[in-house]
Order: sequence, then C-alpha cells, then structure tokens
Amino acid sequence: MISLILILTAAMFFSGIVIRARSIASGRKGPGIFQPVKDILRQLKKGSVFSDTTSIIFQIAPVIYFASILMGICIMPVGEYRGLISFDGDFVFFAYVLAAGKFFMIIAALDTGSSFEGMGASREALFSMLAEPAFFIIMGSLALLTGNTSFSGIFSTLKFGSHINIALGALTTFVLVMIAMIENSRMPVDDSRTHLELTMIHEVMVLDNSGFDLALIMHGVNLKFAMYGALIANLFIPGFGEYITILIFFAIQVIFAVTVGAIESFMARFRMNHNPQFIFILSSVSLLIFFAVLLVIGKFS
Amino acid sequence: MNIFYLFIAGTAASLVLIPFFSIRIKGIITLAAVTFITAVSAYPAVLSLMGSNTEFLFAGSIVTGEIPLRIDALSGFFILVINFTFLTGAFYGFQYLKAYLSRVDPVIYSLHCISFILALSSLIAICSIQNGFVFLIAWEIMALSAFILVMFEHYRKETIRAGINYIVQSHICVLFIMTGFIWVAVKMNSFSFDAVRNFSASSPGIINLGLFFCFFIGFSIKAGFVPFHTWLPHAHPAAPSHISGIMSGVIIKIGIYGIMRMLLLIQLDYLTAGYIILIISVMSGLYGVMLAIIQHNLKRLLAYHSIENIGIIGMGIGLGCIGLGTGNRMLAFLGFSGALLHVLNHSLFKSLLFYAAGNVYQAAGTMNIEKLGGLIKRMPGTAFMFLIAALAICGLPPFNGFISEFLIYSAMFGGLSSAGLPFLLILVFSILGLVIIGGLAIICFTKAFGTVFLGIPRAALEREPVEMGIGRLIPMGAVMLPIVAIGIFPDIIIQVLSEPVNLFFGGSGFNFRSHEFPLLGIMKSVARCSLGFYLLAGSLFLIRRMIMKRRIVSAGPTWGCGYAATGGKLQYTASSFIRNYRKLAEPLLSIEIRKKGVTGIFPKIVSQESHPYDKIEGIFIDRFLNLIGRVTDIFSFLQNGNLQYYILYGLVFIMLVMTGPVLYDIMISFLGFIDRL
Repeated sequence: MISLILILTAAMFFSGIVIRARSIASGRKGPGIFQPVKDILRQLKKGSVFSDTTSIIFQIAPVIYFASILMGICIMPVGEYRGLISFDGDFVFFAYVLAAGKFFMIIAALDTGSSFEGMGASREALFSMLAEPAFFIIMGSLALLTGNTSFSGIFSTLKFGSHINIALGALTTFVLVMIAMIENSRMPVDDSRTHLELTMIHEVMVLDNSGFDLALIMHGVNLKFAMYGALIANLFIPGFGEYITILIFFAIQVIFAVTVGAIESFMARFRMNHNPQFIFILSSVSLLIFFAVLLVIGKFS
Repeated sequence: MNIFYLFIAGTAASLVLIPFFSIRIKGIITLAAVTFITAVSAYPAVLSLMGSNTEFLFAGSIVTGEIPLRIDALSGFFILVINFTFLTGAFYGFQYLKAYLSRVDPVIYSLHCISFILALSSLIAICSIQNGFVFLIAWEIMALSAFILVMFEHYRKETIRAGINYIVQSHICVLFIMTGFIWVAVKMNSFSFDAVRNFSASSPGIINLGLFFCFFIGFSIKAGFVPFHTWLPHAHPAAPSHISGIMSGVIIKIGIYGIMRMLLLIQLDYLTAGYIILIISVMSGLYGVMLAIIQHNLKRLLAYHSIENIGIIGMGIGLGCIGLGTGNRMLAFLGFSGALLHVLNHSLFKSLLFYAAGNVYQAAGTMNIEKLGGLIKRMPGTAFMFLIAALAICGLPPFNGFISEFLIYSAMFGGLSSAGLPFLLILVFSILGLVIIGGLAIICFTKAFGTVFLGIPRAALEREPVEMGIGRLIPMGAVMLPIVAIGIFPDIIIQVLSEPVNLFFGGSGFNFRSHEFPLLGIMKSVARCSLGFYLLAGSLFLIRRMIMKRRIVSAGPTWGCGYAATGGKLQYTASSFIRNYRKLAEPLLSIEIRKKGVTGIFPKIVSQESHPYDKIEGIFIDRFLNLIGRVTDIFSFLQNGNLQYYILYGLVFIMLVMTGPVLYDIMISFLGFIDRL
C-alpha cells in the first residue's frame, strides 16, 4: 500500500520536474512543478467531442489504459515496501497488463478512421513490441542473479556489491531508462512536443481524445513515468532503513526526471525508420547484462 | 449397459438415419447425434479427470485382435476439449449452413453431416484406443472425414486445391505414424500400445529417440509444426467457418495428443527430445505469427495463428520434457500444464475467432480485410466476441490465454535458477521467442480487429452487412464464457489439469501446494489481479459516465488536419499499418510486390499489389513439386488423347506382364546352362 501511495505521489510532480528541467536548460524559468497536474484537473472539467466515426471502443480505451497502468503500479514494490499484490512471476503480469492497455489505445486510434492516428498506432504497436524483449531479459537476468522471480523478491535481495555488479547496475539502469523513454514516447524515439503528425507516435494517437479521456491519458503518462522511476529506484534502494528508502526513492525520481528533461533538451529525435535499430540495441545490451550475470554467478566456469 | 456400445450405437444410428430425411431434418439429426455422442463420451472423460480410469476390452476381429480401450486423464482431457468445440461448432454450423440451404445438393449436405459425426466419433476413438492398428484406422476415418468437411464448397477452385493438398499431406502424416507402429510390431509382434512401452523399455536410447521422432514427425504434420505446416493455411480458409473453427480448434490438437501419448509410452531421453521440441516450437511460434501479420485474408491470418499457438503448446511440452529429463518436477509440471491449458484455450478462442470470421464472411461477402471496415456498428455482438477472443489469443490478462502463457513463462523463469549453461542459453532464446510472439500477436490482432471492425468501410460491399441472428451468437457466447471464466478462476483449472499432468510423473503426484513453489497460491494471486483489473476498469468507467453526464458532449468529424473531405480511402489500411514491420521483417519473408509507379508526363493508373508467400512452403514443397512436374513432363507425350494409343499401352502392358515371367524363366535356365558349362 505504501509503495502505491509513494508512486502516486511521485507521479504528481514528475512531469513538472521534466518541464522545469527543460526550461532551465533552454534558459527560461518555466512553470511550477505542479502545472501539469493543474492542467489535468482543468482538462477533467471540460466537455468532450467525439468523432462520428468512433464506436464504444474509443470510449472505453482510455479507461482501460489508465486501469492497466494502475494495475502495474499496484504490483510495483518500492524497496522493502511490497506492492499491493506480489507473487512469483508478477513482472510477467506487469508487462502483459500494460500491453493490454496499449492494445486498447492502438485500436482506439484505429477507431477514429484518421490516417494520422493509424500511423501513430502502427508505430506504437511495433516499437513497444520491440522494447518488450529487453525488459524480459533484464528481469530474467535479475531473477537469475537473485534466485527470485517476483518483483519484491528480486528487489529485496538485489545487491550491487562488487565491480562487475556496479557495471551491471549501470547497464541495467541505462536500459530501463531507455525503455521508460520508449514506453512513454519520449525524446530519442518520439517527441511529445511537436505537433507535426508525421513525426509523432503517442501524441498522434490521441488527437481525437478530449476532456475526461484526455485527462486520463495525460495522467496515465505521468503515472507510467513514476512507475518506471520506481523500477529504476528499486535497483538502488535495497538494504537501507524504512525512512531512508522513501528519501532515496524521491531523490531517484527527481534525478530520473531531470535526466529525462536533459535528454529531451540536448538530444535530437531519431529518424523514425532508425528507431527499430535503436531499440534492437537495447535488446542486445540486455543480453549483455544476461551474460554478465552468468559470469557473476559463475555459470561459465 | 456399457458406455462404449452406447457410443457406437449412437454414431451408427445417426449415420444410417441422415440420408433418408429432408435437408432441414438432416441438420437437426446431426445436432441431436452430436449432443448424444458428446454427452455419452463426456461421462467417462469426467470420471477420468476425477481420478478413475475407464477400461474396456473389445473382442475385435481376426484382423485386429483384441482392441483395448482406455480413457485415462490425458484422453479424458482431450475428449472434453473435442466435445465442447464440436458441440458449439455443430450449433454454429447449423445456422451457418442455412445460407447454403437453397443452393446445396442434398447429397452434399448429407455427406457433410455424416462426415461431421464421423470426425467427432473418430477423434474420440483416437483418444481412447490403445492399439496401433485400430488407432490408424480411426485416424484415417478422421483424416478422410475432415477432408470431406473441408470440401463442402467443392465447386471453388481454391477449395479443391486446398483439399487435395490436405489429403496428400495428411497421408504423409499417416505414413510416418504407420512406420512407427510397424517398427514396433516387427520387433514385438503386436500393435498394442503396451507393446510400444515394452519395446522402448528393452531397447537402447537412440532407438527410442528415433522411434519417438518418427511418431513426432507424423503427429506434427497434423499439428502443424513448422516446417510441416504448409497444408494448414490452405485448408482452413477453404473450409466453411464452423469447420475451420473445429479444425483449428481440435483436429490439429489431436497431433498434440499423439505426441503427448507417445511421450508417456516411450521411455526416451527426455532431455534431448525436450531440447529439440522446444527449438522447433519456438521456430513454429515465431514463423507462424510473422506470416500471420502479412496476410490479407482474415481466415488465412487466423490459420497462421494456429501455427503460432501450436508453437506455444510445443514450448510447454518441450519445457515439460526438459523438466522430466533433469528431474525438475516443478519445471515439468508447469511446462505440461501450460501446454495442456493452452490446448484448451486455443480451442476456445480460435474457434470463436473463426465463427466471428464466418459471420463477417456471410455478412460482407469477403474475407479480404482491406475491403472491410466499421463493422462494429453493424455487427456489435460479433465484434465484441472477436475482440475478447483477440485479447485472449494475444495472451493478455484478464483472459485465459494469459494464464497458459503465464504458466509457460513461470516454467522458463523458474527453470533459470537450476539450469546448466546450454539449457540457460536455450531458455533465454525461448523467453525471447515467447516475448516476441506476444508482441507480434498484438500487432496482428490490432491490425485485424482495427481494419475489419473499426473506422469506416474501405470499399463498397455487395450488400449491407447486418448482425447475425441469436442462433449464432448463443453458441459463440458459450465459447466466450470459459475464455473469461478461466481468466478469473485459474486456480480451479490448474487443479483439474493436475490429473493428466501427473501421468507424466508415473504415479507420484506433484504437490502444487509445496513450499518451494506454491503454484496454487500464485494462481490465486493472478486471479486477484485479473479481478482487480476488471474492478478498476469497471469503476473507472462508472466514474467516467457519471462525470460525462454533467459535461457537454458533442459529436463532430474526425480531426483531419483541416482537410474536411475525409473518407474511407484516407484511413490507414491493414497493409500500411504493418508497413514498418514488413520493412523490418522483409529479409525473412517472401512477399511478392507488383508495382506500377508514376511514369511520364501523363501518368496512367498507379497500382501496387502485395502477395504474401510462404518461404518454407516454397523451399520444402513447391520446389519438389516443380521437380516432379519437370520429370513427369518428359513423359507427357504418352498422354496424347488418342484412344488407339491407350489401347496400345494396355496391350503392351499385358504382353509385358505375360512375357515377363517367361523371359525370366528363360534367363534362369540360360544362366543355369552357362553355369553347367
């Protein structure tokens, strides 16, 4: 329960920090860190416009998308604090329930009959499929390293002590950050700020959503970021006391948010057809992690 | 009264009755017969799943000898799966065939009904017969009746092609299985399954492995493992939809039954067999879904997905074998139970998908998804059930497909800790495989559902599509019910599965309440997660509805970037939806693209066509066929259409037959003469 509250709290200011970091990097002062949440509250109060082309799918998709992310957060532990539900293999459920949400967003985009949204849906389907193997290989490596197959089991016993392990931790963090960027449609893969339809993925899928639905989708992105932030934070938390865990958790969330802001400020977006190569790199790095784990636990000897 | 006699009597009576009635009553008799047969055979099947086997010894004849019948938990499980799909298939098919009633020849209709009943009873027989010889007879009846079922629309060219392709390949399959049984019979002088067991107990490992793979190849032609799958994507689209659903749902599963039965009978090196099965299965899964994505024909797309799902089932079997080989009972239990559960799950969602596709076919008159669109508004019931089945087949929670894939994932991740280096590498390879299969399945079904049911129609159809009657939606709903139920109550289904899976442990059962791996507890947690997902989504939806009531909601056109004249043609098509994927996967596939680009100052009509083709079929089947064709072409001058020549050939043949022995005698005596010299 505590982990759930922690992540929900982090989601409140995460995007704010990203935007603030971006503003400072470009020499502006920027809005307050709660501005995105205020925008969402504002959005909740607005009415909606639905396209004539759409069906019930378009209406239920944002709800299911949001529910899938909440479900993912329920499973995610924070250090010693277990998730709401924890069982062996829960990360499989985590990945698949998020995929269920994505499935609905993709078909909702196709439901509008718009050529732009179809384009975004096509890219989303492909890129998230390509990013999935990296996540599973990393979880497999961590499972192998710790001998546990649940999120809380893995993260409560994970310790990056020796030199190889530190390298492992760095690589894992890199891959997880990149997966988070892909899953949230951020900079090297997608640009959430442009409004040129041809270059977007996630933004272009939600062109027709408005009002309550749009607010759900926008807050879904915040939640997803905080959730991946928690996943990354978990790599570093184990072994500290209860209250320090919370401190470290928020510190890492802030660092992660600043990193996202920095990446968005200083990197250019890839050409769309180079994205698959980039995502393949993630899978190969995760395989590297796997072999490093084999080395660490002495399977090669 | 013995239940086996009741079963035979029911089958025989219906077969005799069907030809004598009018076309409408034929269907009703078939329904009654199918209900009767399923009810009768379900009784021993349910008993076996509760732990008591049913055995019976038929007197048989001089040719066959005594025929032992035995329904153990594995048979019982498959019989129940077969029964359920046939029952819903019969009720759905009864409605589906109404569209043909006015133009179909009553003889064809009778033949269809008879084959339907024969297919059902022969499948049940295959599951219970314990004698190789009679097993082959039942197998042949099943193969032939399935052939007749496929050939229902025999006047269409592609149906004939597909049917002949199917019947040839299913006989290659019989050939391998027969070789296996004869191999044993030559050594043991008996066709019974016990002989197979005794043979394997007394012969060295390599022989057993050879025998097993002889059976495995035979059964995997039926099941559709790559590279033996090539008949499947032809036969399924050609058959009427209820038959496609049944073929894909259960007839190919009989191959899986065969493989599992042989695993029980032959004591082989499980580790090696497991590795081979696992690798073949991952390949099948990947190849199936990779080709499924690029298909334009909805039923063909579903057929390729059957190959993918057979791959997932095979992965479970392979992991189970590896578990047996390494003595890792947890791995073995998870592997086999995942495989068996996926057999059940696939029979459910695949038949439902084919039934939905059948509705679309009869409503819209085409299976080309590029021409469809927006059907959800016309056919909401069909669309809803297609969506549920699509989510389930992608393995997404909270539906049944997730449960079986979760079991297989658990096997793989659980196996990581205890594995040696080679097994670890194979495990990572299969984890990667299953993840990619899942992701590709999502691309495939978002494409299929999105283009068929969503958006606006992409082409003018011959007639306005309308929703099918309640007579079809009820059997479809009956299939959908367990899809949802298994997702919510996985802990119950896992206890049912423990009975057949425990056969593999030879007596001592697996304790799934054990402390090191509390499977039952895990399944309960999964169930809680599924329920939680329903609750969350449901309550969010209610909140949304309450809020939306107080907001101004208006309707407008889809945002078109300022371009108002949006129509069906501006939508993303299925081909454009998968274009990025196609570009990535192009080196592995073979897609023929015919393009007419813009040329000259006054360009003519521009067009592009893409025809997906099966690379493995090209290499393994078509190349050989071309070779045979070229060789036989040399002799084509013999077939010149002149009756005189044909009579001459006959004459020459008779003369050869008569003079052959005489010449042989002369030669022998000549040789004797030289010898004496």
